[in-house]
This record gives sequence, C-alpha cells and structure tokens, in this order.
Amino acid sequence: MDLELSESELAFQAEARAWLEANVPAEPLPSMDTAEGWARHQEWEAKLTEARYSVVSWPTEYHGREASLIEWVVFEEEYYRAGAPGRVSQNGIFLLAPIIFDHGTKEQQDRFLPTMASGERIWAQCWSEPEAGSDLASLKSTARRDDERGGWLLNGQKTWSSRASFAHWGFGLFRSDPEAARHNGLTYFLFPLDREGITVRPIAQLDGEAGFAEIFFEDVFVPDTDVLGAPGEGWSVAMSTAGNERGLSLRSPGRFCAAADRLVELWREKGDVVPSAADGVVDAWIKAQAYRLFTWGTVTRLADGGEMGAAGSVNKVFWSELDIALHETALDLLGPEAETESRWLDGYTFSLSGPIYAGTNEVQRNIVAERILGLPREPKGAQR
Amino acid sequence: MRFELTTDQRDFGASLDRLLASSDTVAVARAWAEGDHEPGLKLWARLAEQGLLMLATEATPVELVIAFEALGRHAVPGPWVESAAYLPLALGAEVDGVATVALPPHVPFALDADVADRVYVGASPATSVGDLRVSVDRARRLFEVSGEGETHAAAFDLAALATAAQLLGAGEQVLADSVTYVKQRKQFGREIGSYQAIKHALADVRIALDFARPLVYGAALDVNRRDVSAAKVATADAAYLASRTALQVHGAIGYTQEFDLSVWITKIRALVTAWGTPALHRAAVLEELTR
Repeated sequence: MDLELSESELAFQAEARAWLEANVPAEPLPSMDTAEGWARHQEWEAKLTEARYSVVSWPTEYHGREASLIEWVVFEEEYYRAGAPGRVSQNGIFLLAPIIFDHGTKEQQDRFLPTMASGERIWAQCWSEPEAGSDLASLKSTARRDDERGGWLLNGQKTWSSRASFAHWGFGLFRSDPEAARHNGLTYFLFPLDREGITVRPIAQLDGEAGFAEIFFEDVFVPDTDVLGAPGEGWSVAMSTAGNERGLSLRSPGRFCAAADRLVELWREKGDVVPSAADGVVDAWIKAQAYRLFTWGTVTRLADGGEMGAAGSVNKVFWSELDIALHETALDLLGPEAETESRWLDGYTFSLSGPIYAGTNEVQRNIVAERILGLPREPKGAQR
Repeated sequence: MRFELTTDQRDFGASLDRLLASSDTVAVARAWAEGDHEPGLKLWARLAEQGLLMLATEATPVELVIAFEALGRHAVPGPWVESAAYLPLALGAEVDGVATVALPPHVPFALDADVADRVYVGASPATSVGDLRVSVDRARRLFEVSGEGETHAAAFDLAALATAAQLLGAGEQVLADSVTYVKQRKQFGREIGSYQAIKHALADVRIALDFARPLVYGAALDVNRRDVSAAKVATADAAYLASRTALQVHGAIGYTQEFDLSVWITKIRALVTAWGTPALHRAAVLEELTR
C-alpha cells in the first residue's frame, strides 16, 4: 500500500505542470455559455490538442497519449491546480467518448473521436424531457423507422441539454419501439443540431447565461450509421455514460483540491474578519483530501480490473455536496461583498446544479441504498 | 501507487475479525462495564498473542489501523489505545501486560486504571489513582490520576489515529446492524428499509464512512499531525452520524441498554471526544494548513 508515483509518472507530472504554467491564460476566460467565451474555450481546446493534453488517456490516433488511469488523475490535478479553463468539450470527451469506444463501430470512432478530442465539434447531451427527469425511462420522444432512406425519423422534445445553445452535435435516447415498456425499445442516436427539423431554444440559467437549452425534433432524419449500439438497446448503452458522469471522470479530485487550496488562501486574507468560517474551511479541505484519496483507491481497483458500478453514486453525492459547502464557506469569508460578481460567486452558482444534474442526489441515494446496502426496492408508482 | 491493502494485510484483518467474532465481545464488554475484568483480560491475552501490543514498535501504522478497526467493530473494551499505540511510542518499548495513561488536558483521565498493571501520566508513573468517573460508555472506566508528565507528540498522533480507526470500525458495525434490522422490521405492511426516508439516511452513512476510510489509511502511510487530525475529524463525524441514524431507524428498541446496539452507540459518543475533541483536531488541521 503506497501513494508514491513512479519515475515515469513523476516525469509526466513535471512535463504537464511546466506546460500548463507556460500556457494557461493569466486571466480567466469569459463564461463558455456566452458567444465570446465559447469561442475562447474552443481556442483553448485547440491549444491543448496541439500539445496532446486534451485527452491524455486516449489512443494516439485520436490525439491522445495513451496515459494510464493514474497519469490521467495526475494530469487532472495539475490542470486544476494551474487554474486552467473549464472544459467546453467535457460532455463529449468524458460522457460520450467512453460509449463510442465501447459500443461504436470503427467507422464511428474514426469519424467522431478526432474532432471531439480537438474541440472542433462540441457535443450536447440530450437526456431529460419535460415529463422525464429523474424517471428518465419514461421518456416519450420517438424514433420511427424510415426503411426507404435507411435510418430513423426523430420526433419530440428534449430539455435541460447542457451546452446545446452553442454545441454542434447532440446525443440522446429516443423510443424506437412504441410497444416496448420503459427501459426496453430505446435507441441511442447521434445528430447534428443544425439538421432540418431541429429547433434549439436556449434557456437562461440561474446566472442568466444560456448553459442549457430545449430541443424540438420534427421528423429529423438520422441515418443508421449514426445509431450508437444496437437499436432497442439504448438504455444499457446510455447507462454506461451515466456511470461515467456520476463517477470518476466528470469531477476529478484535482478540481476540489485546487478549490480547497484557494479557500485556505482566502482564509489567510479574511479569516480574522470572519472567524466563524474556520470549521467550514477545515471541513472543505478535509473532504477534498478524502475525495482525492478515495479516487486513488478507485483507480487502484479499476487498474486491477474492478468496475465502478454503483460506487459512482457514492461519489456523486459526496462531491456535489462538498462543492456547495466549499463555495458557501468562501462566500461567508467574502462578507457583505459576497453577492457581487466574483470567481467564487460563479463557482457557487455552478455548484448549486451539482445535486440535480447527472441524476439527482435522491436518485443516487436510492442507488446506494438498493445496490450497495441491499435494501428492498421501493414499489414504484404507475409505470408508463 | 497502490492505495489498497495487500493480501497479507487483508488476511491479518480477517483473522482478527474471526477471532473477535467468536469471542462474544459484547458479553466481554458488558462484564467489563460491571467491573468484572476476567473475560476481558482473557481476550486481552489472546489478542496480545496475535501481536497487537507489538504493532506500534514492530509493524507499520497500517497494520495498527487494521487492528483498531477490528477492535472498534467488535467493541472490545480495555486500554488498547494506551497500551498498543500511545505508550509503546512514548516509552520507546512494547508494553508488557496492561498499561494506561492520562495526558491532561486532552486525555484527562486514565482509562481502566483499576485493572492496569502500570498507570502513567505522560511517560512518568502516576503518583496516585483516584476515583472512578462514569463514562457514557460504561465499558470505559475512567479514573482520576495524579502525576506530572509531558505529552509525546508523535505518540499522541498515533493514539488519535488508532482512535479514528476504532470509530471507523464501530461506525461500520452499527451501519451493518441497521441494514439488517430495517430489512426485517415491517410497518405499514412492508419492510421499513424500502421507504426512502430510511434508505436515504442509511445511504448518507455509507457515503460518510466510505470517505472517512481513505483518510485513515492515508494518514497511516505517513503519520503526521495534519493528516491524523483530518482522519479523526472525519471518522468522528461519520461514526457519530452512523450511531444517530442507527438509533433512529431502530426506534425504541435501540434506546434500551439491553439491546446490543447500546454498546456501540455509547462507545462512539465517548470516542468522538477521546484523544482530541473534534474542535482540537479541526484547529490542528487549520494550523498545519496555514503555518
């Protein structure tokens, strides 16, 4: 049992740290949910790609450097320690890519992965519908067979689609078999958001920016070559994405450790004025440290061939609550100026969405209770 | 980088667990609480045979933590932290028999001084042993002692880490007992464990313990004030949440002394403030972070 990095891992860490120090923009970029910020974030992705840091764990043929899981975590720690920009491509590289690697054809991998890695094509996830949130399997948007053209016609409405206001392509589930119930008869589709029949309507989030959108589909044609996995098996294909989103990839420990370190710095400046924030500072640091060590344990188990499974739900509840508590403490320290624009305020507003997206924390607690603790399933209400 | 127990370490923990599971430790703890030390001293001797008193001087802190997690899981009574963690480091030698120590102000009383072969204040023998002070955990028999002695800082850290490991084990045990109970107990026609109110409370316990554990083992790899204090804070919070939740999901039966859950509920409450209160350890973390 040890927490030591190998020589090659240390070398990789030093190389990444040096590159980030030299290249991370001195000033934070404008929000990625504005037209200007979007463009600047895409430029940053191009720069990362050029240095082969955009997707370090991917194969070299898709802009990666075949980094191990340990190196990936090391890179993430360095990335956030350096204060580097948020990843505008994260829905694609962290949520969709693992599915394309596992379920996509070679042709799909060659066609989609390079531009996803480089940030030239940004992906939006299209899961929720107005009547299907936590109960995602009740979704009603349809896919109707079009044999003549060799594909499907999509109809219906998706909503709360992150990044969809500016993104180029979307991925989501549609009901391809109207007779099948709930988890059956769903198919996983990929589609460009400017295709005929698609209307994207941006939705202003709590901070006023269009971080998500609703999407209307009216006889939108998708060819068979843009179906991911087998038709009708979209649920099991998609659930591997949900696991990734909840678990290791979306919230690497680096972000919380870096934020906790910044909180300690803020405490040095303001602690005298707001001594009551002391426990909040300590607890945020302890929890970030716990998350970091927990991740190293997960990485060890995954490297040994273990699976993430329901443990992703344990993770998701923990990091989302930590994120809010950490930012609340920062706002406490900022005193009466806390309500005015700042990086901390942005972080706080963003953190509020954590317990909601990627499966609400209530859904996660059900998963923890049923799949990890083995408690009996609750009789559900009317099913479809 | 391998943040997982080795097979040997796992086997060590499993063999201790087996030994304790077959030792009726609850009966031992109840007898100890009544001042009947005989079953407890027999168990003490068996555990000493397993090398528990040598861990601080002969093994790594990881093995020490594994052992204390097992002691916590089985609610083993006796001055184990004192004899197997603090004193071996403070005295520079393994303890022979049963020894205990007080370190005012943070460890104000000597645990089980009536049964200990040797009683210390700091690293010096106590000059006298006074009255019994009744603990919330009746199996923790605390005594006032007189004497002068310095606290050995590294030994204190190891003792706090051992206490954190005990809290982790005790927290795991009350969670396991709660899960078993809510799967059996039926109200309104179904198992109470199928209701979300119960599920979510127990899920929060699972999550708190899962994130306390790596802090304990991380601190064992490099024993230092900051990391030990972080582990003690997190395990105290997690185990205390586990005990409060356990009591709540058990309902009135959990509030009885006769039901065995009481052994752990009272022990966890006592260990929360033993070997450094949460306030002391939080202050220590903050001081280390800002020094």
